[in-house]
Amino acid sequence: MSVVVYAESSNGLFKKGAAEILTYAYKTAKSLNMKCVAVTLGSTNELQQLSKYGIDKVVSINTDFDICDNKGIAEALSKVIEEESANIFILSNSNTGKTVGPRISVKLDASFISNAVEIPQSHNPLIVKKKSFSGKAFELAQSINEKVVIALSPNAFHIAENPNSDCEFSTFEIDKSNQNVNSSGIEKAQGKMSLAEAETVVSAGRGLKGPENWNMIEELADLLDAGTACSKPVSDIGWRPHSEHVGQTGKAIAPNLYIAIGISGAIQHLAGVNSSKIMVAINTDPDAPFFKAADYGIVGDAFEVVPRLIDEIKRFKSAN
Amino acid sequence: MNILVCISHVPDTTSRIDFSDDKTSFKSEGIQFIINPYDEFGLTKAINLRNEHGGKVTVVHYGTSSSEPTLRKALAIGADEAIRIDGHPKDSFSVASELAKVIETNQYDLIIAGRESIDYNGGAVPAMIAEMLDLPFVNACTGLEIEAKEAKMEREIEGGKEFVHATLPLLIAGQKGLVEEADLIIPNMRGIMTARTKPLSVRDLSSNGIKCTSLSFEKPQPKQACTMIDAGNEKELVTLLHQEAKVL
Repeated sequence: MSVVVYAESSNGLFKKGAAEILTYAYKTAKSLNMKCVAVTLGSTNELQQLSKYGIDKVVSINTDFDICDNKGIAEALSKVIEEESANIFILSNSNTGKTVGPRISVKLDASFISNAVEIPQSHNPLIVKKKSFSGKAFELAQSINEKVVIALSPNAFHIAENPNSDCEFSTFEIDKSNQNVNSSGIEKAQGKMSLAEAETVVSAGRGLKGPENWNMIEELADLLDAGTACSKPVSDIGWRPHSEHVGQTGKAIAPNLYIAIGISGAIQHLAGVNSSKIMVAINTDPDAPFFKAADYGIVGDAFEVVPRLIDEIKRFKSAN
Repeated sequence: MNILVCISHVPDTTSRIDFSDDKTSFKSEGIQFIINPYDEFGLTKAINLRNEHGGKVTVVHYGTSSSEPTLRKALAIGADEAIRIDGHPKDSFSVASELAKVIETNQYDLIIAGRESIDYNGGAVPAMIAEMLDLPFVNACTGLEIEAKEAKMEREIEGGKEFVHATLPLLIAGQKGLVEEADLIIPNMRGIMTARTKPLSVRDLSSNGIKCTSLSFEKPQPKQACTMIDAGNEKELVTLLHQEAKVL
C-alpha cells in the first residue's frame, strides 16, 4: 500500500508548496509504514528534485492540463491513485487542490478532509487535526471510509529534506477527455507575490487614510520580499483590489511574518490571519484589539513609524 | 433562466466561537446566524441575472427548521422560492449528495454556491456536486456574464485571475467580485412582507450516508502578551524580529 501525493507545478516549475506537501506525505507514509508516491502533471525538468523529500517513486503524467480543467485533472490523478492502489491521497489546499480534491473523493468513494495541519494521528480509522471556523478553532476529523483524500493547509507544516537515492521514476499515459471549462487567458497580478505563498505579508487598513499612501507599504513589502494585503473596508471602498483582502470573508493566510499597519484587528480580520507565526501591529490606538493578538506592537502614527522601519530594515539588510 | 443558489446558514462573522463542555459540538446558544457571506454574493448575482434575463431564482438549504429565518431572508432579498432539506448536516459529502438530488430532479441552467462556508470551511461541497452530476465547474468565481447558453467567467487563481468559459448547465462557487459589497441587497419592508407568502418547501432526507465525522474541537492556545516597542525605536523591532522571532 502507498500514500500518493500530488506535487503541483506551474509552467514546469514546482510550486513552493510542493516541498511542504511532499514532506507531509513522506512523514504520513513513514508513520504508516507505507511507500510514498508523488504524481506530477505536465512537462517539467525538475523531477529529480522530488527525491529530496523522501519520495520512493515519482509518476509523471506528461500531458499538459489547463488549470481550469478540474474535471480532467481529477480524472488523471484518480487513475494514478487507483493504479498505485493507494488508500491515502494528499494534495495542497491550493486553488487547484481545493477544486480537484473533492472531485477525486467522489470518484474514488473516499472521505475528504481539507485544511489539515498535522499528519494523521491514527490510521484505520484515520484521524487528522484540521483548521475550522476560519482559524478560530481546530477540529479532529475522522474518516469513515478507508480511502481518504487529505488537503493540507498551506504553510502549516515544516519542510524537511530526506534524500532518497533509490527513488524510482516512471511515466503514466492518459487519454485526455474533452474539457468542459475552457480558458481564454490569464492575467497575472503585476509584480506581486502570491499571497498564498508569501512568507511575509505587509498589510494595511483604513489607518492609511487613502490609496495614495500605499507607496510606503509597497516599499516595505519589496524590501521584505513580501506580499501586500489589506483589510476588508479598504477593499470594499476600492482602495485596493479584492484579491488583497485578508480576513474571514477574504483570504486566509499563514505567513511566517504578518505586519498589520493601521488595522484595528476586528475579530473577522484576525480570523484570516491568526495562523501567521509572528504578527506585528502598528496602530495609533493603544486599545486596538490587534495588540491583544500580536507578538510585537508599536503604538504610533504609521506615517512616522513605517518610514523609520523601512530605514532600519535597509540598515539591517546592508549589515547582514 | 432557472437558477439555484445553495445557501449555508452560519454564525455571524463577529461571533466568538465556543464549544460544548465535552468539546464535541459548536455552542450555538446566543449566536446570531446569517446567510454565509460567500453565498450572499451568489444570491445577489442570481437575482441580477434573473432581472436581466427573466426566469426564477430558487434557494436551497440543508438544515433544521431553526434555519428557516435565514431562508426567509433570502426570499426577502429577492429569491422566488426556497427549498429546505430537513436534517442536521454532518459532513460535506452528505450535504453534496442531498443538494445533488435536488438539482437532479429539477432543471437548473445555473447552480451557484459559495466558495466555502465560514463555519467549517470545508470548501468541498460545490466540487463534489460537480463530480456527482458531471457538471462543468468554476471555483473561486469572481465574475460571470451569460449570453444564451454560454457563460463567460473570471476566477481567482494564485497570483492573478483567469478568464474561462463554459456552456450551461454550469455550477460555480462564487465569492466577492460576482457582485460588490455595495451591491448586496438589504431587504426592504415590502420584500420582508412578500417573503412570508413565497413558497418554502421542505424535503425529506434521501439518505444519511456520511464519510467524515468531527470527534472534537479546540480553540487555539492564547497568545503570549504582546511585546510593546516605543515608537521611534523601530531598530529594536528589527532586532527582535531577527534575534528572537527569527523571521528576518
